[in-house]
Amino acid sequence: MDFSFNEVQTMLADSVEKFILNDYDFDTRQKYSGSELGYSAEAWQTFAELGWTAVPFSEADGGFDGGPIESMIMMQQFGRGLVVEPYLANIVMTGGVLRRVASAAQKTKWLHAIIAGELQSALAFAEPQSRYDLANVATTADADGDNWIINGTKGLVFNGGNAGLLIVPARTSGDSTSMDGITLFAVGGMADGVSRTSYPTVDGQQAAEIRLDNVSVGKEAVLGAIDNGYSTLEAVIDEATLAVCAEAVGIMQIMTDKTVEYTKNRVQFGVPIGSFQALQHRMVDMLTACEQSYSLLVWASMANADGTDEARKSISAIKYHVGTAGKKVGQEAVQLHGGMGVSWDVDIAHYFKRLTAIGQMFGNADWHLDRLAV
Amino acid sequence: MQGPVERVACLLCDRFRYVVRNEMSSHPCILPDLALLFFILASDCCMIFCRLALSKGTPMHVTFSDDELAFRDEVRAFFLDEVPADIAEKQAQGVPLEREDHIRFQKALFNKGWAGINWPVEYGGTGWTTVQKYLFAIEMANANAPFIIPFGLGMVGPVIYTFGSEEQKRRFLPDILESNVWWCQGYSEPGSGSDLASLKMRADLAGDHFVVNGSKTWTTLGQHADWIFCLVRTTTDVARRQEGISFLLIDMQTPGVTVKPIITIEGGHEVNEIHFNDVQVPAENLVGEEGKGWSYGKVLLQHERTGNAQIAVTKYRLSKLRAQVARPVRGAAPLADDRNFMRKVAATEVEVKALEFTELRTLAAVASGKAPGPESSILKLKGSELQQAVDELYLEAAGYYALPYVPDQYVLDFPDADRVGEGAETRSSLRYFNYRKASIYAGSNEIQKNIIAKHVLGL
Repeated sequence: MDFSFNEVQTMLADSVEKFILNDYDFDTRQKYSGSELGYSAEAWQTFAELGWTAVPFSEADGGFDGGPIESMIMMQQFGRGLVVEPYLANIVMTGGVLRRVASAAQKTKWLHAIIAGELQSALAFAEPQSRYDLANVATTADADGDNWIINGTKGLVFNGGNAGLLIVPARTSGDSTSMDGITLFAVGGMADGVSRTSYPTVDGQQAAEIRLDNVSVGKEAVLGAIDNGYSTLEAVIDEATLAVCAEAVGIMQIMTDKTVEYTKNRVQFGVPIGSFQALQHRMVDMLTACEQSYSLLVWASMANADGTDEARKSISAIKYHVGTAGKKVGQEAVQLHGGMGVSWDVDIAHYFKRLTAIGQMFGNADWHLDRLAV
Repeated sequence: MQGPVERVACLLCDRFRYVVRNEMSSHPCILPDLALLFFILASDCCMIFCRLALSKGTPMHVTFSDDELAFRDEVRAFFLDEVPADIAEKQAQGVPLEREDHIRFQKALFNKGWAGINWPVEYGGTGWTTVQKYLFAIEMANANAPFIIPFGLGMVGPVIYTFGSEEQKRRFLPDILESNVWWCQGYSEPGSGSDLASLKMRADLAGDHFVVNGSKTWTTLGQHADWIFCLVRTTTDVARRQEGISFLLIDMQTPGVTVKPIITIEGGHEVNEIHFNDVQVPAENLVGEEGKGWSYGKVLLQHERTGNAQIAVTKYRLSKLRAQVARPVRGAAPLADDRNFMRKVAATEVEVKALEFTELRTLAAVASGKAPGPESSILKLKGSELQQAVDELYLEAAGYYALPYVPDQYVLDFPDADRVGEGAETRSSLRYFNYRKASIYAGSNEIQKNIIAKHVLGL
């Protein structure tokens, strides 16, 4: 029984942690988030140079064969730093699809550029009506000789506005909520017929609504087998779910640390407010929530690294937990910071918003609890 | 980690990265193996460095060694074969155990050499590792075995072998190990609950004996006890209330000791109030130094708190509940069809799984010789909450049949035809009421939070 990281995992954790501490303070993050791009191209290049963008890919693909444990390590630190660079969109989601089903030629064309930090990409997995049902795909792709003509609308495409490559699930057969009949297509972000409305999200990140009007792609744009895209989509979103849970745990931990620190220093009625029992007990509850969430994260990461029977269940368990206990930690951190907690210029507010956004993503707490209640 | 982490520029590829400096190489890219240097020069050296490095070390795991698995099998076989059949049956049916049942079970453990789970080998203990103790607790819960009465084996025994005289060790330890003597705990008093240091029971030295006066309360199973260990005040003229308290062993047969039952909320007789009226206790029954009882007692409380998480039992009961609600009851659809109920079950399972891993993290730290982190402090707090949450689910599952108050049905040979409801249903409310104690005893959960706030959060 051992829960410690091996040498390389420790190095990876230290590497990300040091970057966050030295090069990614809150003001810098705010500057990146508020820039026109919505993140820092320079920082993204650094991620690539440090090898972080290569971690989950196989050696043959130019990666390091990292798995859920490595992802957990990095995402937890990204949470602590409130990182806005599109790691989730590029590496976990698009990369996750390409890693699984792309042909050698497709990998050469796209995956290598993504790992090198030269290509921005997005997985357009959601539609305005789909809510959390990945099989709810109304976008259609009709055969036209050797080509496919794609029509439909995608919603909340993370990193969609900046993406040179979009992966678009479209219906090639079946009714609009069937798991069968979904095919994944690679579509250029600037292709004819693609129109994008980009916007910032409440957590300081970027997304887009994307309309596809008679977008024509060749057969080389098909990723994986025709009609069989759902299982890939599901596996990738599972991975992305686990990744944002790790990010959420990092946020919960730092919010708790910062709250404890704040109440030690904030003096009212002549004493630090941390001396009040009413507040102390609430911070103990925050600590308890963090420890429990981290325990589930460790379980889920290990179960998914080993591919055990509990792998999927563990993802729903941790997502439910960060959706409930995490929300509580976030709300309490804001409350205990008083007016500071609701100030735009104070980091706690932004941690809370990212935690809230994660709660809404990939199935909320209710949705995942339902999956467990069978 | 082998050494300090540094941000350096790679001499070969001119990129920078964070590296661990170690004695093997002055620079991470220049590996000691020259053959690798060609690979490095031929491609991206930082990439090569990482690729080599990623294969090092054992990944995180919760697997057990062959020896540990063999041990688990032995424990499993013991609970299957050596627990007396009538006791196993009582446990299965939820029939309360008698004093003699507990003693027979504990003697079976003693005969196997497993009575002193936490005891060092020199005093007849098992000398088990933390992993072995963990596996034992799981098998014990899964076998639905009786719990081990903690007062002798878990509490006064360790205090005596740690702080007692050689004479006291010779005199008391063998009988504790063999469950020949039943002990109970004299800590709380009618006026001293969470604020234990306010205790008032006095022991005044008069020649070769103490004269003891006062009362102890909430004394669990004191009605069965042969001996009681007490915190008593031997000096009143002290600067701090924690001083002047001593740890004294008292024979329950001594004149002046009276036991008065306290009937608890569910109607059972589990705890007592014990009065001491001019009780003469030999001076040699004082453990350790006079006035040091508070520090000895705290050691014991720590054990009481970590031992009270009951995670294995909670997990076992939750899995049994799943099986119970999957069955149709009296022709009605199984409760498992009720989405609202099953969502509560699932939510509780998530918390229990989390606590299971919180405990494993603690154990892994202890097993590798590190001090456990803050996660260890939440075990009793969260453990008692979840114990109660599961009891509440059983109560809800019973519906109307949680209402009949029929404790006289809880005997082995009660005829099925005369039974009101099923045992699991009618017992659910009794357990639910009884286990409200879990967040109150051994330092209420509010006291636990005070301790965590002070010692873990530094508030």
